[in-house]
Amino acid sequence: MTTLQILGSGCANCVRLANNVEAAAKELGMEFTLEKVTDMQAIVRAGVMKTPALVVDGKVKLYGRVPDVDELKTILA
Amino acid sequence: MAIIKEQQCEVARKKEPPTQRESLLRSAILIGLGVIAWWEIYSRLARFADWLTLSVLHLSPVTRLGSTVQFMAFETPKVLMLLVLVVFGVGIVRSYFTPQHTRAILAGKRESVGNVLASLLGVVTPFCSCSAVPLFIGFVTTGVPLGVTFSFLIAAPMINEVALVLLFGLFGWRVAGIYAGTGLLIAMIAGWTIGRMKMERYVEPWVYEAQMGDGSLEDEKLTWAERIHLGREAVRDIVGKVWPYVVVGIAVGAGIHGYVPENFMAHIMGKGAWWSVPLAVLIGVPMYSNAAGIIPIVQALLQKGAALGTVLAFMMSVIGLSFPETIILRKVLRPQLIAAFVGVLTVGIIIVGYLFNFLM
Repeated sequence: MTTLQILGSGCANCVRLANNVEAAAKELGMEFTLEKVTDMQAIVRAGVMKTPALVVDGKVKLYGRVPDVDELKTILA
Repeated sequence: MAIIKEQQCEVARKKEPPTQRESLLRSAILIGLGVIAWWEIYSRLARFADWLTLSVLHLSPVTRLGSTVQFMAFETPKVLMLLVLVVFGVGIVRSYFTPQHTRAILAGKRESVGNVLASLLGVVTPFCSCSAVPLFIGFVTTGVPLGVTFSFLIAAPMINEVALVLLFGLFGWRVAGIYAGTGLLIAMIAGWTIGRMKMERYVEPWVYEAQMGDGSLEDEKLTWAERIHLGREAVRDIVGKVWPYVVVGIAVGAGIHGYVPENFMAHIMGKGAWWSVPLAVLIGVPMYSNAAGIIPIVQALLQKGAALGTVLAFMMSVIGLSFPETIILRKVLRPQLIAAFVGVLTVGIIIVGYLFNFLM
């Protein structure tokens, strides 16, 4: 089970990232939970200064941009 | 020790896969060809606009409709092409600047030097007002002075590539340069002033208690192919978002160009009216628009006789000071500090407006 978290204040880019990540994880056939983290303290604790960010099993994999589904598949694989 | 380092270097160099060098060569050739093709098309746009207006649509450029159509047929592809080129270039430049690097450069700098650096870095560091809060916390908790942080927060939205491309494309390099120069100056001086006001106690207390994580990615070293990819991504994101504003804006500009009488704005926003600068700023502050939406309005105002300083002040107050951003910053700043931020910036913009009306 992989824990996927999207860090961000809920802006348009965060929603786009969440959708792309979900699509990529499904295409890979992963077992996963997807959670949106909007709490500022939690975002800051992860060390993210530019949202949205993708956190996989507690590790920041990506921040500040929204890659397409194909690129996300290589990041998640 | 030195020997070991050298050996490691050697190993690292050997490890570099040849495929990467090949792909770099391939992308370099592609970019070279792309730039040549870009230039070949760009330099023919005026002839294309004439051809479309005169030969295809059979309109005379001296009629109102003809000059409006000619203006649009030339300006729309020109500005969009400039936008693609510059956003791509800036996307690659920005891949060298992360908020982490910028913070490391600014941490512990003396205030005056820090204000100058922060304003300059604000231009090149990728920034979006939706991440203003984590960035603010990241800066102030690692020793970047408050005033220096504000210099960054003022420069970042105010001086951006979209604004500069549009200004350059529609008004030439002088207006674009004046905008960038005065914008930087305001960011430096306003940030420095806020620093002098010693308002650290008006930052919400939880900010200083926040534990800022390290936040660096495991592999931060980007290859050239990845940087080019980031440039393309920036074009897709930014140009994809702003092109409708650009097209509508140029259409409005073209309509005004052809149909509104000269000097229509002169008595309202001309040099003669002393109250025009503060009024323009007061109208501009609560307004929120991106550069692409506001610049065609600016162009229309200028063409019809508004003074440059007044228009510049209006534009800066719309782009640089936004209502949504102050609401976002309210999470980390007490109202007194928000008021100081808005107040200092407003006064700075008004001074610049008067200065240009006086000088030019």
